[in-house]
Formats: sequence, C-alpha cells, structure tokens
Amino acid sequence: MKITGAQALLKCLEEQKVDTIFGFPGGAVIDLYDEILAAEKLTHVLVRHEQAAVHAADAYARVTGDVGVALVTSGPGATNTVTGIASAYMDSIPIVVFTGQVPTGLIGNDAFQEVDIVGITRPCTKHNYLVKDVNDLVPTIREAFHIARSGRPGPVLVDLPKDVMASKLVFPEPQQVKMRTYRPTYEPHPGQIEKACRAILRAKKPVIYSGGGVILSNAHEELTLLARTADIPVTMTLMGLGGFPGTDPLSMGMLGMHGTYYANMAVANCDLLIAVGARFDDRVTGRVDAFAPHAKIIHIDIDPTSISKNVKVHVPIVADCKHALTAMNTWFARSDEFNGKTEKANHAAWLQQIGDWKTAHPLGYVEKEGVIKPQFVVQKLHELTGGNAIITTEVGQNQMWAAQFYHFNHPRAFMTSGGLGVMGYGFPAAIGAQMAAPDRTVIDIAGDGSIQMNIQEMATAMQYKLPVKIAILNNNFLGMVRQWQELFYNKKYSATPLDVAPDFVLLAQAYGAVVLRATKPSEVEPVIKEALKTKNLVIMDFVIDREEGVYPMVPAGKATTEMLLV
Amino acid sequence: MKHTISVLLQNKPGVLSRVTGLFSGRGFNIESLSVAPTLEADVSCLTLVTLGDDAIVEQITKQLHKLIDVIKVTDISEFEFVEREMALIRVKAEPSTRAEILRICDIFRGKVVDVSPKSYALEVTGTCDKVQAMIDILRPIGIQEIIRTGTIAMTRASKKY
Repeated sequence: MKITGAQALLKCLEEQKVDTIFGFPGGAVIDLYDEILAAEKLTHVLVRHEQAAVHAADAYARVTGDVGVALVTSGPGATNTVTGIASAYMDSIPIVVFTGQVPTGLIGNDAFQEVDIVGITRPCTKHNYLVKDVNDLVPTIREAFHIARSGRPGPVLVDLPKDVMASKLVFPEPQQVKMRTYRPTYEPHPGQIEKACRAILRAKKPVIYSGGGVILSNAHEELTLLARTADIPVTMTLMGLGGFPGTDPLSMGMLGMHGTYYANMAVANCDLLIAVGARFDDRVTGRVDAFAPHAKIIHIDIDPTSISKNVKVHVPIVADCKHALTAMNTWFARSDEFNGKTEKANHAAWLQQIGDWKTAHPLGYVEKEGVIKPQFVVQKLHELTGGNAIITTEVGQNQMWAAQFYHFNHPRAFMTSGGLGVMGYGFPAAIGAQMAAPDRTVIDIAGDGSIQMNIQEMATAMQYKLPVKIAILNNNFLGMVRQWQELFYNKKYSATPLDVAPDFVLLAQAYGAVVLRATKPSEVEPVIKEALKTKNLVIMDFVIDREEGVYPMVPAGKATTEMLLV
Repeated sequence: MKHTISVLLQNKPGVLSRVTGLFSGRGFNIESLSVAPTLEADVSCLTLVTLGDDAIVEQITKQLHKLIDVIKVTDISEFEFVEREMALIRVKAEPSTRAEILRICDIFRGKVVDVSPKSYALEVTGTCDKVQAMIDILRPIGIQEIIRTGTIAMTRASKKY
C-alpha cells in the first residue's frame, strides 16, 4: 500500500520513538500538519517563534538523552531556526530539524518563502539533507536520526519540499542504518588506556577536567568512580556541570573565566590533567600557553578534531567517554600496581593545597543591607528545591551565577547555551525540559534583558499548562556587558542600561501567568516557596543589586591564574 | 609547509561546498584544488594543496574526515608521490620572439596548442614547480593569459599505504 510522504515522515517519527515535537506551521508544511492532527501518539507543541522550537527540542534532548525534534516551514520559518541549530551544534546536542521547502520544481526560482536552508546551515549542522525524491525520504530520515544521536551528537536538518510530502511511496521495511563514510570510534585503544592509567599512578597532583561529553555519554557514574577510586579532584566546564556531584568533597566546581579560584589554581599547578569530554574552549583555558603549563595531558574525546586543537595533548584517547572511563576503571580494578590507600597518601598534600586555596578564596559575595544579591537568590533556589530542580539559564551574568551557586549533583539537570551563548535560550529550553519531565521542577534563571528575547513563549507555556518557573535576576542592565564596561571600558555604559523595561507583573498577567516580586532579601524565600507551590507559569521578579558583578573573573586573553576576585 | 591532500568523497550535490566551506569557515588556506570522478562513479577524488604547520594540517585532515560525505583523507606529502599540474599559457609572439618561445616550449616538453599571428598558446604538464618555472621564463616575453588545473597527485606504488 502506498502512503504519502507526510504519512511516511510520521511513521518514521514513530519508528524513532519520538513522542513530542516542537513546531510552527506554514504553507510548505501544511500537508504534514494535516497528518499531525491524526497522529495520536505524537504530541505537537505549538511554539510562538521557530527559534523557540529548536531550543525546546534541544532541552528535550538533554533531559531525555534522546533526539529532540523540531518542525518548521520554509523561508523565514527555516531561517528562524538557525540560532537554535547553531547553539545545538556548539553544545553537541542531538536534534533533528525538519524544514519545509518550496516544491522541487520551484527550487532555485526565488519562489515565495524559498531559502537555501541547506546551504545556510551547512556550517552549523552535523549534517543536512534536501530530499528531492520521495523514495529517498525514509532512508534519509533514518540516517538523520542515526547521525544526530551517534558519535559526537549534533543537529541534523532535513529539508522537505512540499511536493515530496504529497507524493506517494511504499514504506520501506525498518533496517539498521549502515553508512560507508561514517563510523564513530566508541572503543578506546587499550594501549592508550594503559598509558593513561600509568600516568595517573605516577601523578602527584592530578586534576580531572570534565566536560559536556561526560553527560552526553551518560558517563557520570564511571567518572565519579574513577575520581573516588584514585582520589582525584574534579573540575567541570559549564557544559559538564552535574557530571560529577557538585557537593562532593573532591568537586572544585567550574573552571575558566568565571570558575572558582581553587579550580583555576589547581589546573595551573597540576602535574596531570585528565580531560574527559571537554574541548579546551577559550573561556576555559584563558591564555593557552599558561593553561596547565606543568601538566601531562590525557584527553578522552569521541571527536578526533577536538584533540590537540587548542592545547597539545600527550595521551590522546579517541573514544566514547563512558567506554574509556569503564576501561580505565577496569584497569585499576585488575592492576596489582594500584592501591587506593597509596593513591590517597600520594595525593594528600595536593588535596591539602587545594583545600587551602579554597579556604583563602571561597566562592562568595559581599552582602549589602536591604539589597538582594543575585547569588543569594540562586543559593536559596538550590536550598528550597533540594538541589533537585532542572535549571535552565539565559546567557550572561544570570548564567554564571546559576553555574556557580546551584551545585548540581545530577547530570541532565542543567541546560544552558554554553558554546554559542544564546540570550533567549533559557525560557524555551525550560518549556522543552518541562515537556520531557512533567513532574520535575523546572526553573529558568534569567536576566531582565535575555528573558525578553523569547518572552512570547509565555503563550506556549500557558497553552500546554506547563508550570515553568522563571526567576528574573532583574538589575535593569544588560549586566555582563555592563560588567565588562565597568572593568575595561572606564564605566562607559554604552547601550547596556535598559531604560525602558516592561513591568513584568503586568506583562505576565496579560498571559495569565502568576507573578511574584521580591525587592528585599527577606522576601526572597517566601517568593520562591510560593512559586514552587504554584501549578502555573510563574515569574519571580527579583530586583537585585544593580551593579553586582560575577567573580572570580579572568579577563579575556589573560592566564587563568590572573583572576579578579570578590 | 606545503601539503598535498587527497580526499575521496561521495559524488553528491553540495559535497564540494562542504569542503570549501570548511576551509573558509576555519580560516584554512587553499592553494589549489581539483576534483573529478574516480573509477567508482559515485566517488570523487579531490586533490588540494594547502599551506600550514603540522598542527594546522592535522586539524585540516581531521576536520575533512569529520565531514559525513568524506570517505578517506590522505596527506599525500607524507608518502613518496607523483604530482602533476597542467597549464595553458598564451604568450605574445612577435616575429623577433617566436623562435625563442618555441625553444622554451621545447625545453619544458610543452606543446603548442593554438597559434595566431600575434600569439602562441602553449600546453605544459609537470610538477607545480616545473610549470611555475616555465611561466617565470616566459613572463618577460609577455604572457597574456594563464589557466592552471591545480595539482593532482598519486602515491607511488612501491610505497602504497
């Protein structure tokens, strides 16, 4: 029996076990939307802007560990997804984006709502396709999902001309995707594993530098086991938070530009750096030649291009983090040379040194009478949610305060646009996360600037009755840029004061959301408690210290030891 | 340092732009590039010459390999190899220089492929250096136009990788 392209696509989604998609209709995908109404097993979430559909799919993927899906129309629908796709690409998040396209006969014709989205997204997708023949449709979709979720995950875009959706085909039997040109390496080389383990045995001052790859490959347990077995302190990247328990005594929190003093000092002084699923981003390394200058470097990554890209690596291990860490744990378990007690004794002086750094400059802030400090709000959010909420962030100061002060103990609980740094990510991401985990508390820690970049999604949250909590750290500034202007541009606040801002109370009321406002420290806790009880979209508007900064801070281009402290 | 990289890729629409987009997007340099089908109709071979230190060339080969449509990447410069480039050169030919041009052409084992009262078009094949040498010698006489194919290269059989 023959079915249409649109029906085949929905069958493919079922085959891939997709139960939720985020989308926005239009002329080129109208055939698909006609079928979506009838698809009982599929929930379609109607967003209010296509960028939000992609961020929501991104967060959905991060929470579930599977592929997130977005569906949009051609032309502007497609171009609106670019920011979301680029963000997912930088953060290696598995999503598949379906875009409508004008009928094949009109491609290249400058037709209405035509755009070469495959050309536009080539550099920011893991791979992309234009399906010109309906018989290629099903194999292409299967390949798209396979590529998105395997190896180093990433976004894949499939462009669907309108006539292909309406054409008929015989649905091909399910079969395993086999690609001649794409076979990611999952298993580590045993020789490299042994080299790495022996380097750990010899090290006196080791540090684990753990990134988003640990979370993507679900390797948090293996990482935790390795750190505890060999008694190695752990620092995490922004993307890696939650990959190791943030409250564990071995945790040094985040490293890099706004990392902790002790994490940066530890990396600068270590004799062995074990990088796991991290990519030596400039926000992590600061001045590259001063990054871990005395260390031998082990680097585990599934993507060979990440290895020795920015920093020369001594023991490269191309593998899935989970497989590599398992192999290392097994090596230690079987080795006669390894002894947990000796290892502890070997690292005692080092851990003492890190403890001293921590005592000298703990993560903190200066309290001010009667004024709400943003860090205090995040600390309270952590305390009152028991550290168990899913936190999304926008980008800027709000993101850094959330990363510093919400100590994540679990993976897949922190969603942030780490690589691309998208203001406007957090709220749609919270919607995606809440769809994926209806019973969890989901909080978007936002700034008053970035929340406005996708504020229209209040309608989406209301429509699907999603009790997302938005915590606006409201300083009436584009705070992170203001902080740079304060420190490096003689306090010339060019275009950073938000002179006209909406009254968030009235704005949220217009959508039927609940609004709570705190202007003094004593109001913070009652507001959060009230918000956590509310089964509705809630905005918590925290009026914070206007010129509070994020510290520690490593000025751009400086060594990570040259930190500005509180 | 100059590297000659050979890339086998799927012969599909848009593949070439994935390769060139990678080079422009990451600021890598392309000296020359040539691409044509191989024995297998659905596989093309792309030969490109690039400049860069070892770290950059390592990144280039890894990044190329990461492209989904790329089958195999070989930095041919690491092996014994033969390289060839062809050029078509139109030279201004006055009565006083016509004989000299033909002599030069002969020395470089070139061929005259087009003649007019005022010019010769010469074809020359060889390594990139040889082609360049012939161009340098002809330049004072007056070159009107040059078309070069870019380098193609093949590893020697005895050193097959």
